[in-house]
Amino acid sequence: MGDKQRLTREQIAQRAAQELTDGACVNLGWGIPNLIADYVPKSVTVYFHSENGILGMGRRAKAGEEDYDLVDAMKVPVTLIPGASFFHQADAHLMTRGGHLDVAVLGGFQVSEKGDLANWKIPGAKGSGNIGGAMDIATGSKKIIVCMEHNTKDGGAKIVNKCSYPLTAIECVNTIVTDLAVIDVTKDGLMLREVAPGWTAEAVQGCTEAKLNVRAAQVAEMRL
Amino acid sequence: MKQKVFSSLDAAVADIPDGARIMFGGFGGAGFPNNLIEALSRKGVKNITAISNNCGTREGELGIMFKNGQVRHVIASFPGPHANYFQQRFASKEVTCELVPQGILCERMRAAAAGLLGFYTSVGVGTEVADGKEERVIDGKRCILEKPIHADFALIKAQKADDLGNLTYRLAARNFNPIMAMAAKTTIVEVDEIVPLGTIDPENVITPAIFVHRIVQAKGVRFTG
Repeated sequence: MGDKQRLTREQIAQRAAQELTDGACVNLGWGIPNLIADYVPKSVTVYFHSENGILGMGRRAKAGEEDYDLVDAMKVPVTLIPGASFFHQADAHLMTRGGHLDVAVLGGFQVSEKGDLANWKIPGAKGSGNIGGAMDIATGSKKIIVCMEHNTKDGGAKIVNKCSYPLTAIECVNTIVTDLAVIDVTKDGLMLREVAPGWTAEAVQGCTEAKLNVRAAQVAEMRL
Repeated sequence: MKQKVFSSLDAAVADIPDGARIMFGGFGGAGFPNNLIEALSRKGVKNITAISNNCGTREGELGIMFKNGQVRHVIASFPGPHANYFQQRFASKEVTCELVPQGILCERMRAAAAGLLGFYTSVGVGTEVADGKEERVIDGKRCILEKPIHADFALIKAQKADDLGNLTYRLAARNFNPIMAMAAKTTIVEVDEIVPLGTIDPENVITPAIFVHRIVQAKGVRFTG
């Protein structure tokens, strides 16, 4: 992997935040996606959705203003923005499954070249496993962005020909944002849209099991 | 008017038998019927099937029921990394678990409430959730058949009830409670406050009284972390 710098988790979130447009209704999953709210430009209003029945979540509550009846899906006390609403959990997932959310940003263990997502269970892990809202959200949102590190801690590929981890949903991912690249899942395969500063398409391909296609003569560099 | 207000938590759960199927409301520390759960725990009911998003937070919420070995089977979406008593009983095979995607858990309960015998969904297709379920293609989309989840009792938490059982909820403490209220044969609600009939504006009722059978006022007990 040489001496080229990989993005930090915060920088991945910062790049993914650029994919959110003004007025969008957006669900953020656990992990890196949960950092995205801090990087949405002030000129853009995003209505964050929480599976426990909130649309229009604002920033996290400051010390002293916590209300434990107003928490996000990670149990963290949050605030509301003007225009917020409450509803029960079935309607919250009617929104996810029914294609009402503009974007959902999820974490990932593996994404396949067809856009299959594995993000809920590590093979062989102890315990019951926890699905939560991941399958509903991955199946139904208009656009699914996965934010994750490009490789496992020991350098293994996470963007693969076929997922070996238990699947969350099939053919659901539209865009992958990693510490090395922005990649779109298309009918013609994975398209490398951007690379991290200092990286080339060839170097990113070297860290990727699945084939990355390139449309332009030179792939654009991410702007952070 | 049928008397629905119970004078004590213990009286409200007194007839729940061993082996009952029970729904428990709550999500993320909010909207849990913690006082009713404690009463059920005191009663010592055994071999229950618990239908709940999660399986407790250490001693809190449903945790006490697993600590005491009162649960035999769970239908849940996110048992939880902090549900240590559940995880212990699951590992030792004292408790079995059906994992259900969260929105499908809601919708299967809503199907039970609505008198529907099932529905098809793309959620879970190609995953282990689809194992053993009928799969077909509708309008070009692969989907699986999901069946309703019924329960004998729902234990839920609301903010206010009137004497008839019309309910309001507070902020995101609503979560699973209104759905479970509709799905169970007998719904028992603990509330912060019981208000006189007519003082909840009908426009503001979230759970209509037809779904509520027993009401008990309880001082809030909350578990965080």
